[in-house]
Amino acid sequence: MKRQSIDGSIFKEFNYCTTPPSTRWLIIVIVLMVIIGVGLYTFILQGVKGHVITGMRDYVVWGVYITNFIYFLGISYACAMISCFFHLTRIQWGKSLMRILELIAFITIIIAPVYILLCIGRIDRLHFLAFHGRIQSPIIWDVIAIVTDIIFCMVYLFLSYVKDFARLRDYTAKLDIADWKKKLYRKLALGYAFEHEQEKRLSSAMDIMAAIIIPTSIVAYSLLAWLFGMNLRPGWHSSIFGPQFILNAVYSGVAIIIIIMWFYRRILKLEKYITDNHFYFLGYGLLILTLFFGYFVFSDFITNWYNTQKTTSILLQKLLDNSQYGIMYKGSLFITLFLTIVVIGIPQLRTVNSIFLVSVLVMLALWINRYLMIVPVLETTYIPISDPRPEYIKYDPTIVEWILTVTGLAVFMLFLMIMTKLAPVIPVSALEEKSTFKLFGKFSFKDHSK
Amino acid sequence: MSEVMKSHKRRNFLKTGAGLAIGLGAISINGLGTEPPIKDAGKKIKVLMPDGSLAEVDEKSLSTRTGSMQPAKGPKAKEGIPGRKFVMVIDLGKCNNARKCIEGCQKGHNLDTSQEWMTVHLRKDNHQSEPYWFPKPCYHCDNPPCVKVCPVGATYKRSDGCVLVDVNRCIGCKFCMSACPYSARVFNWEPPPKSSEANQDYSPETSVPGQVGTVGKCDFCPDRSRQGKLPYCVNSCPMGAIYFGDMNEDAISNGTETVSFKELINNRAGHRILEELGTYPSVYYLPPVDKAFSYERGLKNLSEEQKKKALENLSKY
Repeated sequence: MKRQSIDGSIFKEFNYCTTPPSTRWLIIVIVLMVIIGVGLYTFILQGVKGHVITGMRDYVVWGVYITNFIYFLGISYACAMISCFFHLTRIQWGKSLMRILELIAFITIIIAPVYILLCIGRIDRLHFLAFHGRIQSPIIWDVIAIVTDIIFCMVYLFLSYVKDFARLRDYTAKLDIADWKKKLYRKLALGYAFEHEQEKRLSSAMDIMAAIIIPTSIVAYSLLAWLFGMNLRPGWHSSIFGPQFILNAVYSGVAIIIIIMWFYRRILKLEKYITDNHFYFLGYGLLILTLFFGYFVFSDFITNWYNTQKTTSILLQKLLDNSQYGIMYKGSLFITLFLTIVVIGIPQLRTVNSIFLVSVLVMLALWINRYLMIVPVLETTYIPISDPRPEYIKYDPTIVEWILTVTGLAVFMLFLMIMTKLAPVIPVSALEEKSTFKLFGKFSFKDHSK
Repeated sequence: MSEVMKSHKRRNFLKTGAGLAIGLGAISINGLGTEPPIKDAGKKIKVLMPDGSLAEVDEKSLSTRTGSMQPAKGPKAKEGIPGRKFVMVIDLGKCNNARKCIEGCQKGHNLDTSQEWMTVHLRKDNHQSEPYWFPKPCYHCDNPPCVKVCPVGATYKRSDGCVLVDVNRCIGCKFCMSACPYSARVFNWEPPPKSSEANQDYSPETSVPGQVGTVGKCDFCPDRSRQGKLPYCVNSCPMGAIYFGDMNEDAISNGTETVSFKELINNRAGHRILEELGTYPSVYYLPPVDKAFSYERGLKNLSEEQKKKALENLSKY
């Protein structure tokens, strides 16, 4: 990529972050705020009235909430991993996606834990986790993992912004924009002045963070998988759970980045930075991950089906029975294992928009996949449920759970919209950097691209 | 577990009189096991051994175990009643789904009628065999999956075998409910019903009053054991199908007869449910043989929906 001058003229291309918001932007933000307001009201309502207003009951003790928790957390870990992978390998085309990935990783790891709080009957006793925590409990493993990851994600996101904040500080100094914003850039830039020593330290810090985040994310998401795997339950008590969770996470991470970059490219006119090739490359990634996904699903299914225990066979029956979960199960497999392979695999069908559409469907299918990992398993007990109350036998999510699910999506969108106003969603400074392959400020490789 | 093993070593013998089998006032003999022998021999006393024979022991080697008759509270509730290892045996041949155990338990623990800590299922061992009624309390496992996963130590295993829940500590994450392979736990979706019991001082041994947003379950009624009484379900069963007692004393009672636990289990092929999971339950079952009534008799105590569900479940075996 051509090296840009340091005078800041490049920011003219990203003037959306230095100009007042458009009416369209404001309207969408207001709509999202209203949704979030309704969500907050529902959140408080559940706090006051208790879990009885949700569809959760004695057998299906968790439902849509924990599905969302797994879903958002998976997106977060995957996006963090992909971003760090791009950073460490210095893949040039990946640079323009790094910030979007980090933003997604950050906001989803903030949203996800809210859903686990919604599963807790006594939120007023949350501090007990700190005072009376037992390290033997997988919940405590998860608490530690998530707190660690929130910190890592924040640090990494901020580090990746420092240079751009410094650029913006210099660029906006002469511009006619609000004083608070100038002040904000000044503060956020931390006095970065593009000195050699500063540059060396910053790049070393980012390398170290990236190298730490990849294994941390893998461990953290495996811990979440083990939260289920540690239960003596048919369908959960399986050693494939950890690896399967990781793969599903990366799969959803690639799909979500395709979706978000499609929107950003369209709305912010970023065709120069997010090219068609970005869609094709990630589309191929999605295709490969689909095949892996299919392999895991098949491996899990055939092992359970070939020689089966009674409770497991009841569970499989539920997944295949169209009057129960058959349509969801087969539908999600149709999208992932057929549609994705056909649309991306056949060159005539492979376009930017078709890859985007498939990614949206994959995200839906993966949500259903998570839902089917949780709810049917909880409904299938060793000693069959003899409670005749229909809401106890079959989980039926209420409007409360759906409202709070939509609220999560609204927070996600609002955050991504606000962040476009703060700084460019393309890491400008990273693009300007020379393509030297230097890791941790030490190991330098000869760059063959020159 | 180690405390349980220790209490095994100290042999506790049952004094004459079957009714006293449970509770305090049991007499232990010093000088056996690890304790040093007593020098001054005094008057000899005859005691009844668990196998029915009489033994003569020194008066001074007898000591009456005293303990609080009141339910333990706070940190004390985490320790078991010393020397006890509670066990339950359910005779599946006797149960005819009178559902009195459920009612007795609900009344004793101030539960709403929709909440059942003891449930009765219609089960079948295989597709050929005759269905039978199957009461299911909490199994108070010796290797409890629920205790392992609790993030705050709200549910715990005691030296007397009880797995209790401290609702003052429980955060309501429901992990224990998903971890229990026997689905023994219930959630307090709504506040407990208002009644005179609801005002009593809370103890994990009585489990009363419950709290909304926390988990509840069968507690083996250790508060009643302290008073020398049997659990509510045992007392309420009109068929005498449920036996409860102390494994260390090797004596269990259904309220009308007191028998040797070991003998009963050995002679009548006692077994535990899902033994292969390695949870080591404290509840044993005697096989459903020599049934006094056919299982259909029990169906009349069910509502139409319950009956439908019970028969539907039968088809799964």
